Amino acid sequence: MDYVAIQTENFDLTAEYQQMLEGATCSGAVVLFTGLVRDFNQGEQVLELELEHYPGMAEKALLAIIEKARQRWALDRIRVIHRVGKLAIAQQIVLVAVSSAHRSDAFSAAAFIMDFLKTEVPIWKKEATDKGSRWVEFNQKELEAKALWQAKGE
Amino acid sequence: MMTRILFFAQLRELLGCAQIELELSNSLDISALISLLIQTHPTWQQHLQSAQLMCAVNQQLVGPDTLVKAGDEVAFFPPVTGG
Repeated sequence: MDYVAIQTENFDLTAEYQQMLEGATCSGAVVLFTGLVRDFNQGEQVLELELEHYPGMAEKALLAIIEKARQRWALDRIRVIHRVGKLAIAQQIVLVAVSSAHRSDAFSAAAFIMDFLKTEVPIWKKEATDKGSRWVEFNQKELEAKALWQAKGE
Repeated sequence: MMTRILFFAQLRELLGCAQIELELSNSLDISALISLLIQTHPTWQQHLQSAQLMCAVNQQLVGPDTLVKAGDEVAFFPPVTGG
């Protein structure tokens, strides 16, 4: 059971967790990851984020990543929610929720989904700082994280 | 049939353009499409020839050799920074 959404609205972690549990009799583990807006980046004070996405493709790219995760691990439910639009400091940006019979599959799959999301899903961040606004630069480290998974076999 | 070309994020701002439509008489690859765009918009050259530029055809990430045909949706954008 997969659920993917790109939305401006916030998400409620308790409600999302409930969706992972409802009627799930074979899941032994649920991993929930949330990404937040932090108040610093590359030496600057960040005041606010604005996120843009490619409608249609962002959702498809997420589903393709989930499919890749399912080929690697035995997973039950997966929910990914990514917010777009203007977000204030400490707001939730992204949720990745994965359930599985055993914790190691759920932990690995959640990390895998985030690492691929960071390099393949067409979403971009612009940050407002005290010195003006700027597009967030791609961090080459994200490619290394993905390459590690690829080295472990795709 | 028209081919739709979309630009996102910083690239959209640098080009001052979110979307254009082209009438393609023949299929051509992404590299050739970029050359065609630069011919008609010379100021776009430095932005469309960036080594970091990403491209999608029909909402799938592709490389420069991928063929584009009439009716396709093509998108160009900078490296993604979501999450």
